[in-house]
Amino acid sequence: MEPVLEIRNVSHVYGADTPFEHVALDNVSLTVGRGEFVGLIGHTGSGKSTLIQHMNGLLRPSNGQVLFEGQDVWSDAKLTRRLRFHVGLVFQYPEYQLFEETVFQDIAFGPKNMGLSEDEVRARVLRAAGFVGITEKELEKSPFDLSGGQKRRAAIAGVIAMEPDVLILDEPTAGLDPVGRESILENIRAYQAAQGASVIMVSHSMEEIASNVDRLLVMNDSHLVMDATPAEVFAKPEELVQMGLAVPKVTQVLLKLRELGVDVPASAFTVEQAEKLLLPLLKGGKAAC
Amino acid sequence: MLKDVTLGQYFPGETAVHKMDPRTKLVLVIVYIVALFLAKGAAGYALVAGCLLAVVWISKIHLKVILKGLKPLMLIIILTAVLNLFYGQGEPLVQFWIFKITKQGIENAVFMVLRITLLVAGTFMLTYTTSPIALTDGLESLLSPLKKIGAPVHELAMMMCIALRFIPTLIEETDKIMSAQKARGADFESGNILARAKALIPILVPLFISAFRRADELATAMECRCYHGGEGRTKLHALHYAGRDYTAYCLGALMLAGVIVLRRFGL
Repeated sequence: MEPVLEIRNVSHVYGADTPFEHVALDNVSLTVGRGEFVGLIGHTGSGKSTLIQHMNGLLRPSNGQVLFEGQDVWSDAKLTRRLRFHVGLVFQYPEYQLFEETVFQDIAFGPKNMGLSEDEVRARVLRAAGFVGITEKELEKSPFDLSGGQKRRAAIAGVIAMEPDVLILDEPTAGLDPVGRESILENIRAYQAAQGASVIMVSHSMEEIASNVDRLLVMNDSHLVMDATPAEVFAKPEELVQMGLAVPKVTQVLLKLRELGVDVPASAFTVEQAEKLLLPLLKGGKAAC
Repeated sequence: MLKDVTLGQYFPGETAVHKMDPRTKLVLVIVYIVALFLAKGAAGYALVAGCLLAVVWISKIHLKVILKGLKPLMLIIILTAVLNLFYGQGEPLVQFWIFKITKQGIENAVFMVLRITLLVAGTFMLTYTTSPIALTDGLESLLSPLKKIGAPVHELAMMMCIALRFIPTLIEETDKIMSAQKARGADFESGNILARAKALIPILVPLFISAFRRADELATAMECRCYHGGEGRTKLHALHYAGRDYTAYCLGALMLAGVIVLRRFGL
């Protein structure tokens, strides 16, 4: 896979030389390929947010390099600013950054900063609104009159409208109801498919991670400790629990079944996979519990 | 970054200065300021500066931190020095065009710089070693006699406490919003004054909205916990004077007396 973004031996120290000195990232290296859907998990304070802010040049590494399409993004100030249009970052609770008079204008903020023509800005805003399911009527409303879920969508559209090659989302579904969660994830997948973009998603929901990502990064105490497929990561439940994380609920069920002596592999991490494993057992009547 | 703002910041610690009663520290800061303004000659300034250095040493706050805090005041300090340098009376030492530098001018400049630096550094020691909560507690306790004439001392202290409490929160929030808008390509560093002022809108609007929201939520939370103002309210951590406070008061009085005596002799 063609690499888009590369983090090379990056470390980051907050508040160097003060009593509050804190190493948030310690020698992290990883590569993101084009079109990949990558999950990022880790307990609170493990360095996830610091890591993703390095990916679009908001934070400068204390040590190491960040490369976008092979170029060091800190070698030139213009490159650093351009990187922000290629790597879109949606922060946690992005609805708190809305400020314009209408939703349309707010979504247009990013594309306008890119210096695009008015027609192009308009086209991009409409496209972005389409991805997240914001109607034309809503585009003319004040962003503060929208519901919580719609605000979140408008804010995500504000980043999508820049049509970044890499879209990074920090807990995009936090605080939403189950229907809102699934539909936002659908929106993200739709954008990824339409643009061939890479997506990096931070989440605390193992279920969300399990059913969306191709690859999973695990952060623990400022270190990147795992970089593998979800199947490989979720095959190590003890290690995850030790890091304050967990395996998806269905995997927990399968593990419990194994503990009870049922001969079933604990390799499923979505409900669909588990169904495939368990149905034959039930039909065959071999299950011993 | 905004996080580097050290003005009014508290550095937790376990030293005698940190543990001292906030009332003692507040009174001593006032004594210190009075002494500083009474000091006339080099000996007086040396005494005050020596006391400050002793406090800094006991509190284990790095001098570097204090110097960093003084940085934003550099302009004022330099301006004062330059103005005083040229406004001295008496026999000129150097003279060019309409400017003249006198011995008195140099003396004035040095003492004024010393005075401002010591004044600010001294008050820094108060905020560096006292948590905002302790500070407002101390202030409320010291001002409580004013309650008799109907001054809303508790309410003012509570307002100050809340304001102090939310400074770091709002700074953090500003940082977050700035990052979010930067991620959308906002540019705060280039352009003329008008462009820069306009660039602040994407920060200020969300910041104000969130500040109002926080205020609203805090008011509800306080109401839920039956907050009804100061009357009959007791404290979890009541203030008590300890031995070190009396020692500190005595040393403070000694410093003041010393400065007054030195002033008498014109030192």
